[in-house]
Amino acid sequence: MIGLSHYLVVSTLLFALGLYGVLTRRNAVAILMGIELMLNAANVNFVAFTKFVDPTFVRGHVAALIVITLAACEAVVGLALVINAYRHLETVNVDQVDLMKG
Amino acid sequence: MARLAWLIPLFPLASYGVLAFRGRQLGERAPYVAIGAMALSFVLAWAVFLEQVGGASAFVWRTAWAVGGDRVITVGYTVDPLSSITVAMITLVGGLIFVYSVGYMRGDPYYGRFFAFLSLFCAGMLTMVLANSFLLMLIGWEVIGLCSYLLIGFYFRRRAANMAQMKAFLTTRVGDTLMLVGIMAVFWQFGTVDYHTVFEAVRERAQEASAVVRIGGWEVPWVTLTALLIFGGPIGKSGQFPLHVWLPDAMEGPTPVSALIHAATMVAAGVYLVGRAYPLFFFTPHHEALGAVAWVGTLTALLAALIAVAQDDIKRILAYSTISQLGFMMAGLGVLGYTAGLFHLLTHAFFKALLFLAAGSVIHAVHTNNIKEMGGLWRSMPVTFWTFLAGFLALAGVFPFSGFWSKDEILLEAYHHNPAVYTLLTAAAFLTALYMSRLVAYAFFGRYRGPQHPEPDPWLPEDYARAGLHHPSHGHHGGHEPHESPPVMTVPLVVLAAFALAAGFVGIPGTGPEGGSWIHHFLKFEGFEEAGIHAPSFSWPLALRSLGVAVAGIAVAWVVYGLRWVASDQIRAWVGPLYPFLRNRMYIDAAYAWVFVRGGLRLAAGLRWVDVHVVDGLVNLVGWVTVLVSRVHRLFDTYVVDGLVNLVGWATRGLGLLLRPLQTGRAYNYILVAAAGVAVIVVVSLWRL
Amino acid sequence: MNAEALAFYALAAMVLVGGGLVVQSRNLVHAAVSLVPTLLGVAGLYVLLHAEFVTAIQILIYVGAITVLILFVILLTEGATGLRVRQRNEQVPLALLVCGGLAVLLLGVLVRVPWGPAAGPLPPYNPGAVGRSFLMPYVLAFEVTSLVILASLVGAIVIARREE
Repeated sequence: MIGLSHYLVVSTLLFALGLYGVLTRRNAVAILMGIELMLNAANVNFVAFTKFVDPTFVRGHVAALIVITLAACEAVVGLALVINAYRHLETVNVDQVDLMKG
Repeated sequence: MARLAWLIPLFPLASYGVLAFRGRQLGERAPYVAIGAMALSFVLAWAVFLEQVGGASAFVWRTAWAVGGDRVITVGYTVDPLSSITVAMITLVGGLIFVYSVGYMRGDPYYGRFFAFLSLFCAGMLTMVLANSFLLMLIGWEVIGLCSYLLIGFYFRRRAANMAQMKAFLTTRVGDTLMLVGIMAVFWQFGTVDYHTVFEAVRERAQEASAVVRIGGWEVPWVTLTALLIFGGPIGKSGQFPLHVWLPDAMEGPTPVSALIHAATMVAAGVYLVGRAYPLFFFTPHHEALGAVAWVGTLTALLAALIAVAQDDIKRILAYSTISQLGFMMAGLGVLGYTAGLFHLLTHAFFKALLFLAAGSVIHAVHTNNIKEMGGLWRSMPVTFWTFLAGFLALAGVFPFSGFWSKDEILLEAYHHNPAVYTLLTAAAFLTALYMSRLVAYAFFGRYRGPQHPEPDPWLPEDYARAGLHHPSHGHHGGHEPHESPPVMTVPLVVLAAFALAAGFVGIPGTGPEGGSWIHHFLKFEGFEEAGIHAPSFSWPLALRSLGVAVAGIAVAWVVYGLRWVASDQIRAWVGPLYPFLRNRMYIDAAYAWVFVRGGLRLAAGLRWVDVHVVDGLVNLVGWVTVLVSRVHRLFDTYVVDGLVNLVGWATRGLGLLLRPLQTGRAYNYILVAAAGVAVIVVVSLWRL
Repeated sequence: MNAEALAFYALAAMVLVGGGLVVQSRNLVHAAVSLVPTLLGVAGLYVLLHAEFVTAIQILIYVGAITVLILFVILLTEGATGLRVRQRNEQVPLALLVCGGLAVLLLGVLVRVPWGPAAGPLPPYNPGAVGRSFLMPYVLAFEVTSLVILASLVGAIVIARREE
C-alpha cells in the first residue's frame, strides 16, 4: 500500500535535489529552477499530509495553492532581476557576481 | 692662708682667658698680664708654703661632684708639705721663665698666643698639684698635656714641629689611657676617687690578704695591678722607657717651653703623682709595685745617658739628660727613697730650667743648635757661661751644688735597698758628668766655629703682616761674633743659678731635727714609720764615692774634648757600631715608626682599600644591579607587556584575515552555509530528542 | 502490486529523474525542458492524492506559465548558447555532502514518526472545499496573496523594463 511515508520519501529526495541544484549551478536561472523544485517538494508534503493526516478545511491544499501562487510571483520577480542584472553585469553566472565581496 | 690656696691656679687661668681673646690686640704688652698673674700666684703659693714650713697642719677641702648610690666622685684640694713646696717651686721657676720669655720671644708674630698657652699650662699644672681627687688631678693632667701639644707645635709652619707635637700627644696618650684605666679600677674598688679615702683604705687592706686578679695564667694582686696601671701615666708624661721618645722631639718648641714644660714641671708631674699616690705603690705585697718603678727608672736613667753621649744638638742632649734624671727620680722613689726622689725633683727643676734657658740664650746668639758649630762662648757670653756652668755642676752632682745633695740621697737609698740599682745608677751618673762636660767643652771653649746652616725663620711674611710687624729684614749674620743676651734674659738665669747652688742646702744633714736633713723632716712618708723603715743616715764615704764618679766623668771628657789628648774620632772608631747605635737613639724611635706609624698607615690604607673596593664595590654593585634589573625590566616591558598588547592586535588581524575569505560576495556560498546550518540544527534537535 | 502503486512508482520516477536532469544538465535548455516532466509528475502525484484542484492549478501555473517564463528568460539572457560553458560551480562536493546528509537525516526522521491515522476523509468535491477554505477561515491569506501578486507584477515590470 502506498502510504504517507512513500510520498514523504519522494518529497524529501526532490527537496534534496532542488537544494543541490541551488548550491551547485552557476547560471542564475538554473538556480531558480532548483528553487522551484524545492517548492514543489514542499507542496507534495502539504498535500500528502492533508490526505493522510488532517484533511480539515483541506488546509494542505490551501497551503499548496498559496505556495504555487507565491512561487509564481517570486519566479517573476526573480527573473526580472536576472534580466536586469544581465543588462548591468553582462553575465548570468553567479560566480562572476561578487559585488558583496569584502 | 691655706684656705685661699684654690686661687693659686685661678690667676694664670684668668690670664689665659684674657690673652686668648685680647692677646693680639695687646701685642707687646701681653706678657704683663701673664707675669702679673704669675706674680700673684707666686706670692700666694709662697705664703702657703711658708705656713707649712712653720709647722701648720695639712688643710683639706673637698666637695662632691657626682653621687651614685654609695659611690661618690669628689673634687677638692689639699695643702700639705708636698703640694705646698711643689707649687712654690712651680710659681718661682714659672715666673722666672715668663720674664725670660719676654726677651726671648720678642718680635714673634704670635707673642700673645705664646703667653696665653704658657698661662693655661701653669693653671693646669697648679691644679694638678693641689688636687686631692684623682678626677681633678686627671683634669689638670690633661690640660698640661694639651698645652704641651700646643706649645711644641708653636712654630706651626714647620713640618718638624707638627710631627713632634703629634708624636708627643700620641705617645703620652698611651700612658694616659693606662692611667685612666687605673683610676677606673680605683673607683671600682673603693667607690671614690678621693686621695685620702683611697689611701686609708689601701693601708687597711694591706693588713689582710689581698685580692688577686688572674691575668694570663699569673695571679697578680689587685693593688699592684692598679698601681702599675696608674704608673702608666707617669711613664708617658715623665718620659720613662719605653714611652720616652717624644721628649727629644719636643725640643721643636721654643726654648722657654722646653725649660718650663719639658724640664721643670710637666715631666715632673709624673714623679709628683707617684709621690702623691705613694701609699698605692707602697702597700703592695713586698712593695713590688715600687720595685717595678725602680727598675723602669734605672733603665731609663742609664739608657738616656748613653744616648746623650752621642748627640750633637744642645737641646737634644739636655732632653736626654732630662729623661735620664727623671729616671733617677723614679728609681729613687722605687727604692723606698720617698724624700730622695722628690728632693731631686725640686733641685732638678731649678738647674734644668737654668740649663735650658742658658742654652736658649746661646742659641739666640749663635742661631744654631749644633754644639760643634759653637765655641769660645765663655768669652763672648760671660753671664750665660757662668750660669750655665752652675747648672752643669749641679747636674753633674758636684759638691756643694744642689744636684750633689739630691742625687747622693738617691744613691744612698739605692745602696741600702737595691745594690743592683745602685751600680747602674752610678754608671749613669758617670755618663751624666761625661756628656755634660763634652757639651760645655764644645759649646763654650775653643774657637768659635760658626753655623754651617743657620736655622731658617719659622714664620712666613703673612704671619708678620697679621701681627702688624714688619718682617725682620736683618739676615742671619753667620760669621759675626755672638754677643751676650739682654738683661731680661740674663737676670732670670742668675736667679736660677743661685737656687741651683743653694737649693740643695736643705738636704744637708743636721739641718733638721734628730740629726737628719730638713727636707727629710719636711717631706716624709708616714707609712715608713709604721713599717719600721728608717731613712739611712748620711754616709760620707758614699758621698765621696759619688763625687768621685762625677769628677771622673768630667775628667775623662776634659781629656778627650778639652785637652784633645785622645781624639774623639779615634774613640768613635774604637767603639765601632756602638756609636751609630747610640747616635740614632738606639733605633727605638725608628722601631716605633716602623711598627706603629707605618703599621698604622698601612692599616689605614688597607681599610681604605676595603672601603673603596668592598664597600664602594658593594654600593656600585647595587647600582649596577639596579641598572641591570631595569634593563631586564625594559626588555620585559618591550617584549612581554608590549608583546601582549601587540599580540592582541595581531591576533585580531589574523583572525580577520582568516575570516575574510568567507565574505566571498557570492550568494550561493552563503546559501551553502545556510543549508549546512540547517543540517546542523536538525542534528542538534534530533540529539535532544 | 496494484495499479495505484505502479502509478505511484512511475510518477515518482518521473519526478526524481526529471529533477535530476534539471539540476544536472549542462545544457540549460535541456534543464528547463526537463522541468516539464518533473512538474507533470508532481501533478500526477497530486491526482493520486485526490487533490484535483491543486493538480489543475499546478499544471496551469507551473508547467504552463513558469516553465515558459524560464525558457523565455533563458533565451533573453543567452543562456542557450552555453553548451561549452561549465555549469557546475566549485561547491559540488560540499553540496553533495550537505544535501545528502540532509536527505538522510530527514528521511530517517520522517519514516519513523508514527503519523497516526487520518483524522477524517477528504471532502468529495475538491474545488468546492478549497473555495470554501479560501473564503472562510483563510480569507486573509487569500487577500494578502492577491496583494502580493499585484506587487510582484508591478515590481517585475519596473525591474525588468528597459531604461530610457
